[in-house]
Amino acid sequence: MICMPTPDAALVARRVEIVRALRGLVRADGVIDDAVRLAAYETDALTAYRQRPLAVVLPESTAEVAAILRYAAREGVNVVPRGAGTSLSGGAIPAADAIVLGLGKFNRIFEIDYANRCVVAQAGVTNLGVTHAVAGEGFYYAPDPSSQIACTIGGNVAENSGGVHCLKYGLTTNNVLGLELVTPDGEVVRLGGKHLDSGGYDLLGLMVGSEGLLGVVTEVTVRILRRPETARALLIGFDAVEAAGACVAAIIAAGITPAGMEMMDAPAIRAAEAFVGAGYPLDVEALLIVEVDGPAVEVDLLIERVAAIAHSSGARYERASTSERERLAFWAGRKAAFPAVGRISPDYYCMDGTIPRRELPRVLGAIAEMSTRYRLRVANVFHAGDGNLHPLILYDANVPGELEHAEEFGAEILKLCVDAGGVLTGEHGVGIEKRDLMTYQFAAADLDVQHRIKHAFDPDVRFNPGKVFPTLRRCAEQGREHVHAGRDRFPGLPRF
Amino acid sequence: MTTATTTTLGAASDARVLTPRDAADVAEIVTSHTRALEPRGGGSLREVGHPADADLLALDSLAGIVSYEPEELVLTALAGTPLAGIERELAARSQRLAFEPPDFGALLGSASARTIGGVVAANVAGSRRVSAGAARDHFLGCEAVSGRGERFKAGGRVVKNVTGYDVPKLLAGSWGTLAVLTTVTLRVVPMPETERTLVVSCATPDDAVPILSAALGSPHDVAAAAFAPERGCLLRLEGFATSVDARAAAIARSLRRADVAAVDGTASRALWAEVGGAAALAPWPVVWKISVPPTDAPRVLEALAPQRYLLDWGGGLIWAAFAAADASRVRGALREGHATLFKAPRAARTSQPVFQPQPPALAAATRRVKHAFDPDGRLNPARLG
Repeated sequence: MICMPTPDAALVARRVEIVRALRGLVRADGVIDDAVRLAAYETDALTAYRQRPLAVVLPESTAEVAAILRYAAREGVNVVPRGAGTSLSGGAIPAADAIVLGLGKFNRIFEIDYANRCVVAQAGVTNLGVTHAVAGEGFYYAPDPSSQIACTIGGNVAENSGGVHCLKYGLTTNNVLGLELVTPDGEVVRLGGKHLDSGGYDLLGLMVGSEGLLGVVTEVTVRILRRPETARALLIGFDAVEAAGACVAAIIAAGITPAGMEMMDAPAIRAAEAFVGAGYPLDVEALLIVEVDGPAVEVDLLIERVAAIAHSSGARYERASTSERERLAFWAGRKAAFPAVGRISPDYYCMDGTIPRRELPRVLGAIAEMSTRYRLRVANVFHAGDGNLHPLILYDANVPGELEHAEEFGAEILKLCVDAGGVLTGEHGVGIEKRDLMTYQFAAADLDVQHRIKHAFDPDVRFNPGKVFPTLRRCAEQGREHVHAGRDRFPGLPRF
Repeated sequence: MTTATTTTLGAASDARVLTPRDAADVAEIVTSHTRALEPRGGGSLREVGHPADADLLALDSLAGIVSYEPEELVLTALAGTPLAGIERELAARSQRLAFEPPDFGALLGSASARTIGGVVAANVAGSRRVSAGAARDHFLGCEAVSGRGERFKAGGRVVKNVTGYDVPKLLAGSWGTLAVLTTVTLRVVPMPETERTLVVSCATPDDAVPILSAALGSPHDVAAAAFAPERGCLLRLEGFATSVDARAAAIARSLRRADVAAVDGTASRALWAEVGGAAALAPWPVVWKISVPPTDAPRVLEALAPQRYLLDWGGGLIWAAFAAADASRVRGALREGHATLFKAPRAARTSQPVFQPQPPALAAATRRVKHAFDPDGRLNPARLG
């Protein structure tokens, strides 16, 4: 039940004039205002929501971005920054009274500096593009969100993207060294660089995860790491989710930090196995994938230790990868879990709460109870190492009322995450999707602090309006992440 | 209610000391006190920064671990909790703070205790900064009192959290100028089974930095890399014993040098405590902490010609000691990065900017952020000057 703020009719009425002005600031073909081409920018990966913007502008340089933002500030025009538009929370969905500032042309890597272990890239370079640029020398960029073939490094900064390996290697915020940012009033500011830490306030840390509300990131300096010598994975099956949860806790307690530690419940295991035939056992209630990486001698040692822990945690199935091919096969099922669920249900709705690990059995029990009560099936996949849940609620949008029902179910799960000591979103962002739940996690005084930060950068609240913070008005409307009949907006993107 | 005592704090000051018992007291004091306040944990870093003309808000009573869940790798403590006690509790469960907050007691000539709130407020980091990050990277959430006297919470108790702005990042390293931290939550990590330091003889920064860079860019998981001129290059390996053995051998092979020595276990830990705290520079009255791209370090050192120096963070951190402070000369030598006048007599810290001056647009953003939290300038008004 999400709606955007009421559009400013006066701004909408000035559309022709705004488009003309933008054409004076960038190459003429860098402004899109025809209905056909605008359609491509109407939504992101939260496809139930669409909104046509006033126009889309595609600048080619930081100077052009600054000129556009100075114009927008002078004329009071709202701005929605956009990378690849792969947000799962509606972070890049336009507003009717806003221009979309797309960074699609910011696709160059300026510098690769192996001695200082960093890459300087324009904001529109894809996440995987950074890794590809340095892979030849044995390096990579660690954060690996599932959409990494498409999502941009600037978008990763906006969302503080994670991925399967952030348990060991951190989130975007731990891997970004510097930014070039254009503020809402059109000033170009450089934060950080190839050096560490800030000489003043950590505005770099503030910008990461600010969901495009505080400015436009045009250039990013990221830390690159040497690729580990080797990696192996272990598949571990359990009769009960509780035992799997205990095994996760025991691995952590043994001082082991796996590169990744993922869990799937029985519905997710069955859907994934039916889809890709990863070789998962079908007679278990919970499956763990534990990956360790590093020097070969350490990896072999840790695989043995994890296997021993699994055994004493009551595992009924264990299999360690003995080749790179086998390791990738273990992951294939997990990475195909979302589309696999899409095959067994007309629609699904993906949640993204984080909880303390110890709450896992209780929260999964409560979700199962809700599933019965809402009469909607759920498949659970999650980043077990850091307690980040992705329950997938299965529903059929063609059944009247079922979408709204699924949304209510989802909201109840997220509230449960907060009640359990966790948070509304671990990696997908608040966007428009969880905006109205913010008051459940934060008290008014907490949100006041955040509003004041917003006003310090964007006093007229023109940047990415309607996102992250609750607005006064609500309305009954369409649903949220809406994957119908397997027709994802990005069918080529893995989602996990 | 609050007790306030009048204490003389050195020649130039008639500052009072306010001693809140809890967060509610802190809010009450910040709201009603008529003079500016200097939040103080243990006071170990009091002599860092532009001297404040303010009354002291002593957070000693806000001490105690609120919760420590080893299996969740998370610890919550009141901001005034002594770091030593926290480190002891963590060690008892074979865990630690990944960023190894250094002890600057020797360098600064201070015997004051360090507190967890101070560690966060100053965003300190030891030698593991290059591999494990700084306090900012492990600071998950907090309760605090803004300069408006309003209590608020930010962040959470879980690592993976993108709900709202990352306010903890902003507070880490804000030196008590935005809000008074009252409770902090940090991520903790397992203690490694063992550690070993390889010592590679080396004479100059020009020779050292490529060795440090190559080590940190190797697949051998080097946790820290420093150059201490009197010892040589120091490469730290941590982890499971068999892995440390294998990696140490691999690095020694790749260096193709005979003169590689090893320091193990306790001795290695002591060595890095000394490096992290820059203790070797203690005899000098002026010490700069300079953050640069690692490969810039040799050139900067040549330009500065300090009386004594130490390179940490793979070359990215220069500790440089002088007889006197000359801010424009030091900062003039930097192409990129920032220099903090970390240790200097009070007069030098008053007459020269202690923290790196910012370009106009950034300075304006900084002022607006300060205003958002503390519009009346109640908290540490000049500290970051």
